[in-house]
Amino acid sequence: MAAISRDEVANLARLARISMSDAELDHLAGEMDVILGAVARVQEVAGADVPPTSHPLAVNNVTREDVVTPSLTPEQALSGAPASSEQRFKVPQILGEE
Amino acid sequence: MTLNYDSALAIYEPTLGLEVHVELNTKSKMFCGCATEFGAQPNTQTCPVCLGLPGSLPVVNKRAIESSILIGLALNCSIAPFSRFARKNYFYPDMPKNFQTSQYDEPICVNGFLDVDVETDEGNKTFRVEIERVHMEEDTGKSLHVGGATGRIHGADHSLLDYNRAGIPLVEIVTKIVPNTGKYAPLVARAYVATLRDILRSLKVSDVKMEQGSLRCDVNLSLSKIGSGKLGTRSETKNVNSLRSVERAVAGEIIRHANRLESGEKIVQETRHFLEESGETRPGRSKEQAEDYRYFPEPDLVPVVPDAKWIEELRTLLPEKPADRRKRLQTAWAVPDKEMNAMVNAELLDTVEQTVLLGADPTKARSWWLGEISRIANDKAVSPTDLMSVNDVAQIIELISKGELTDKLARQVVEGVIAKEGSPSEVIAKRGLKVVSDDSQLMKAIEEAIAAAPETAEKVRGGNIPAAGALIGAVMKLTGGQADAAKVRELLLKHLGQ
Ligand SMILES: [Zn+2]
Repeated sequence: MAAISRDEVANLARLARISMSDAELDHLAGEMDVILGAVARVQEVAGADVPPTSHPLAVNNVTREDVVTPSLTPEQALSGAPASSEQRFKVPQILGEE
Repeated sequence: MTLNYDSALAIYEPTLGLEVHVELNTKSKMFCGCATEFGAQPNTQTCPVCLGLPGSLPVVNKRAIESSILIGLALNCSIAPFSRFARKNYFYPDMPKNFQTSQYDEPICVNGFLDVDVETDEGNKTFRVEIERVHMEEDTGKSLHVGGATGRIHGADHSLLDYNRAGIPLVEIVTKIVPNTGKYAPLVARAYVATLRDILRSLKVSDVKMEQGSLRCDVNLSLSKIGSGKLGTRSETKNVNSLRSVERAVAGEIIRHANRLESGEKIVQETRHFLEESGETRPGRSKEQAEDYRYFPEPDLVPVVPDAKWIEELRTLLPEKPADRRKRLQTAWAVPDKEMNAMVNAELLDTVEQTVLLGADPTKARSWWLGEISRIANDKAVSPTDLMSVNDVAQIIELISKGELTDKLARQVVEGVIAKEGSPSEVIAKRGLKVVSDDSQLMKAIEEAIAAAPETAEKVRGGNIPAAGALIGAVMKLTGGQADAAKVRELLLKHLGQ
């Protein structure tokens, strides 16, 4: 059985706002299945002595003191924006949501 | 048939759930050093981290973690020995990163409770609200919808984003379902938010200003037929931004659910928006679509693993519980329930306490702050503490108790201080406000008053003591209000052989 179905890939594409053709979905579903299969084999190797982790460093509690540092100027902040108005980022209308 | 509140509750039992978002009052943001000032010019408090620019890396604000642990401890929670951040993925321009850094299945605090007192028609009742979790996340930016008639998204042709708020530390406090509140559900919801707000304020971790959005509440509500034992489908009402709105939103949803259910319609699990003007709700975005957030552990942040020493250090910082403090002060000052509630609701408890600590009589301190000063503040639409300092009020009360000011003169002093004429002593000097305590001066005024109303004086001589009121009034008038009325009364009655 496949680790990921074509429908699941289509749903992920929708959630990620990536438009995909039928041919691309067929292709990607197969590729992702291979990747997930490989990850599943790694999981089999991990014994009870290997805890799941989200990153490779064995480090906890990295924090900074609550100190204000200089921010960008509004001009700098907006310099990479495709559009801006009234010192704000301008985005197209947001449809169908509140 | 349309059900009203009472008839709805004769058939259905409400179940509540409350989610409160609290903006912490840290100086800098959750994951970067940008300032968190409210009301700053748009996009003046942003950096590569909170704008989600490629290559930037977040680092957690230590004080935000400590504030979250303090909140958990104050709510009787267990502090998780291991806690992680997660990415909540969604596409919406209020987060420039396309995800919000939050916590998912490993929140910092779990399993607490908060007891809330509710004033009901059957007397005070205590309800225990169990806390499911307290987790850390970051606030979103502010959008401005342009082009629509009402500032709403529908009809807008574009939106403008200010990311000053994006990344400000936010703590979400989620209750377990609160069962068996019956007709008191709206009051319990309100009392819970009010009690929580008091605790957060006492911890000094947030400004807890609902009107500025630093404390926000979502109300979940479902109904089940009484005796059915089955939970109904819930709705989630957002945008509930005052204590009164919390109460109204719960009552409104009870009526809406009941009427839908009675007419055979289903409740849709959805997010609804509270409408301040009507007290009703309207549907927001549909939940099924929105809930697929594909959470996964945040790879750019390391776990938070608070050790027992850190937690115990924080525990020593917990202040006296607001409810305990209130009971203690109420007993010490011998204040009736009603007056105590008035003081709490006016948010003047701290102020009155400080005034008392400066030596003022508690009853006098309370009546000046809640009476004259509140009245003037109300007229000017400002807060009483903006008008007078506790030092000024304590000084005025001291002068009254020494007999150097009458209540009437003291009101003039208050007026002068508020008009920025100076300190109480300066106002007294400038306006020449002094109690006439010289007996001979008072006697002169008394004789004058009697001469002007000989018949009244005759009545008093004849034993009609209440008639003396008019003469005392006349003496006060003659002395420009600068006499001590009790003293005048004493001298007058003696003079008329009473
Ligand atoms: Zn920043």
